[in-house]
Amino acid sequence: MASRLIETYMRQEHLPHIWCGGCGHGILMRDVAQAIDNLKLNPKDVVIVSGIGCSSRAAGYMNFDTIHTTHGRAIAFATGIKMAKPRLKVIVVTGDGDATAIGGNHLIHAARRNIDLTVVVFNNSIYGMTGGQFSPTTPTGDMATTAPYGSIDPNFDIPRLAEAAGATYTARGTAYHAAQTIRLIENAILHEGFSLVECISVCPTYYGRKNHKGGAVEMMKWQRDNAVPAAKAKTLRPEELAGKLVYGELSCCERPEYTQEYQKIIEKAGGAER
Amino acid sequence: MENKTKKTLAVNTAWCKGCGICAAFCPQGVLELKKQKVFVAKPEKCVTCGLCEMRCPDYAVWLEEEKDDD
Repeated sequence: MASRLIETYMRQEHLPHIWCGGCGHGILMRDVAQAIDNLKLNPKDVVIVSGIGCSSRAAGYMNFDTIHTTHGRAIAFATGIKMAKPRLKVIVVTGDGDATAIGGNHLIHAARRNIDLTVVVFNNSIYGMTGGQFSPTTPTGDMATTAPYGSIDPNFDIPRLAEAAGATYTARGTAYHAAQTIRLIENAILHEGFSLVECISVCPTYYGRKNHKGGAVEMMKWQRDNAVPAAKAKTLRPEELAGKLVYGELSCCERPEYTQEYQKIIEKAGGAER
Repeated sequence: MENKTKKTLAVNTAWCKGCGICAAFCPQGVLELKKQKVFVAKPEKCVTCGLCEMRCPDYAVWLEEEKDDD
């Protein structure tokens, strides 16, 4: 017994999912499904690719052609799928550790090529599945199992990293701002080129507990009270934005797309049977 | 009466993990937790905004469309 959206796009026999009570990942996975539904995509043209980590369990629940790959390599597998069948809508669901630590090189090179993938990063600021180790997005000074006195590592700004590497669409959503996040994922899917939407999740079990952020409700309230729309952020000074979360569309531009450029090479070389 | 669709709240307590997000952010105070499970305490106050459905991480509460046959 579930809503039409869940009955249509989720493998109900695998629900309830494995994520902890109050984990934002369930909200974000629904956002991806809702965006696909809103765009009226043919489910047969959608491929969901994930790596390893809490986020990457999504590929097991979503009722499309899905592939649950190896740690950090989701974008590499997705690149192969897109190159073989450029007409497919390839959506990568990954986490902060998967995408920016072990998978950091795949991320920057896929962005550099501007291959038409949609990367949705469920960022919970920690390695949840393995017990709460700090990740590249754990804010400096915050606690983790492996940083019992606080992390001294500066944290990545994932959309800025992707934009600098060449991504042509970047955005940030949150678990709280579900309606806006759905719209951002829709825009990312429609964008022809490498697009990345960082979705700020909540991890009450590890990140929240280690850092005394309260439970899921308190962490969602923090997102509500500290998130600033991107348009408004442009009018604020850096000191006014300290400690705030900027959400919305962060960058969008056009550049030749990789599979289209590759098709030109195929034609130059005399064509290929399809 | 004309054939119109109306929406009512539906719950699946088997999937609810009791996080309380739905109850905390319901603008009308419709939802509560009862024995750690979602409970529609004041259905008459529901304005069918759907925020609970959008924010439930476990898909345990949603708006069900019902055909009005009157």
